[in-house]
Amino acid sequence: MTLTRVETGAPAPAAAPRPSRGPAARRPLTGWLFVAPTALIVAALFLAPLGVLIYMSFTDWPLLADPTLNGLDNYRAIANDDMFLEAITFTLVYTAITTVVLFAVAFVLVAISNSYRRGTRFYRTAFFLPYVVGVAAASTMWWVDAHDQLGVFNQVLRGVGLIEAPVGFLETPGKALFTVIALVVWKFIGFQVIVLLVGLQSIPEELYEAARVDGASAWQRLRYITIPGLKPTLALLTVLSVTGSLLAFDQFYVLTHGGPDNSTVTVVLALYNKAFQSFRLGDAAAEAVVLLVALVLLNVIQLRLLRNREN
Amino acid sequence: MRATRTVLFHAVSAALAILFLFPLLWALLNSLKTTAEANQQPPTWFPQSLSLDNYRSLTTFDQGIATYLWNSVLVSALTVIGSVVVCVLGGFGFARFTFRGKHLLFVATLAILMVPYATILLPLYILLARMGLQNTLIGLALVLVMFQIPFGIFLMRNSFEAIPRELEEAALVDGCSNYGAFRHVSLRMVMPGAVTVGLFSFLTSWNEYLAPLIFLNDGSKYTLPVMLVNIRYASYNIIDFGALQAGVVIAMLPCLVVYLLLQRFYVSGLVAGALRG
Repeated sequence: MTLTRVETGAPAPAAAPRPSRGPAARRPLTGWLFVAPTALIVAALFLAPLGVLIYMSFTDWPLLADPTLNGLDNYRAIANDDMFLEAITFTLVYTAITTVVLFAVAFVLVAISNSYRRGTRFYRTAFFLPYVVGVAAASTMWWVDAHDQLGVFNQVLRGVGLIEAPVGFLETPGKALFTVIALVVWKFIGFQVIVLLVGLQSIPEELYEAARVDGASAWQRLRYITIPGLKPTLALLTVLSVTGSLLAFDQFYVLTHGGPDNSTVTVVLALYNKAFQSFRLGDAAAEAVVLLVALVLLNVIQLRLLRNREN
Repeated sequence: MRATRTVLFHAVSAALAILFLFPLLWALLNSLKTTAEANQQPPTWFPQSLSLDNYRSLTTFDQGIATYLWNSVLVSALTVIGSVVVCVLGGFGFARFTFRGKHLLFVATLAILMVPYATILLPLYILLARMGLQNTLIGLALVLVMFQIPFGIFLMRNSFEAIPRELEEAALVDGCSNYGAFRHVSLRMVMPGAVTVGLFSFLTSWNEYLAPLIFLNDGSKYTLPVMLVNIRYASYNIIDFGALQAGVVIAMLPCLVVYLLLQRFYVSGLVAGALRG
């Protein structure tokens, strides 16, 4: 989940633009001048590459030589590409676990962050700070910390007597996945907490007061006010977490490099390897198109859900 | 009872807070050890003597830290300036004018969010090469601006629409030109939005790893994150853990400082971007 993904919620509510009035509105050319840079960048760096990507997917394109059209070959090849299929499975497993763990931890941290006690502000900041650190820097940091000989994680665990021999945190597929998920939770949970806090604050205080007057228990208030009130926020966070995890790259590239034994290769990592290690741009493009279609569908479903909520 | 619960609350919260802050502080602490101590097994808890050795060894890593730092600063500055200028102008255009193709362009802009970032980098690599912008920091910055545009345009359009038109009209009546009204009235009122766009652009561009990894193939053009990961992979047997952590500190410190200074704009940006509607 990069920062850009944060705003995925944005397009949904884009209220129909108000018809412009005022003197300026009557000058269509001036309007175009203001949006010209946007239009230029969108056309040259977004729409054009989108077209090129689709064209690429129908070609045999070794990175350094000219492309030749090869029809649907690249798409057919996907079905036999075990590496890519395994990457899809692994990415789905990673996405499912990460999404669940993120929510579980976030609820605890939100309970703390939403308290009226003194010091809450400090705790909130502490939970959020890792989020502004880059994924590459954070992964590098964790790679050092998780090192079996020099790493501080082993040092701490030994210090409190939990382990006797050093643990190789990236040694087995299971441990490597666990370590990456721990890093992701540490790194991204702050965002989840802040968004949940904002969601909580949008629930009118009067609802709680009325419930209290009616003698509702704490559990009932949670069940009948808080959770229904948070539903849109929870839906949004689920989508962000799912789309972000499906596109995971940095943390795996830096921390595990897809290892051990290619057990932690994500879809984007597989794509990157195919394009820039094996130099098979055509195959990579076909896989990219598949990924793109999957994510657009996911986003469309999200938009539908958000629309339904509004109506 | 109440007091016990408060103590319990703070005990749990403080433990968790330490857990979150610890890796950050640990990197800082380690970066200040001598090279020998930073590479010692098992690690020492506190530096026996404070030293800038690790930062010094970064100055001799490949092209030297100064080159990478400069590249990162340049890319971030270009991205921030580019995003803010493009989004402020575009946001004003979308909020205040009607023109042919307006709706289509707006939808195309927001569609950037729909498309997975990694997939579009592949054809961009080819296109940038054709434009002579591949392996250049300007090309990289342009791509990063493109990814900031949907959020930025959306936020700036809403900021401009929130300004009462009467204010601009009053300026026009007072003899301001269209441009004058834009500059002296509207622009001032959307400053918070512009700062938010700049802040997000900075954090994204400073931290971006995949795009520079793909677009830059010349060692002298690498940005900080690319350099960091290179130290980790460069020489398998002789990784300097001290230098690595000093690099991590240099990469993360600006983000932490900028965030702590501009926290207000950050949260309002999240709210505007993630939760509107």
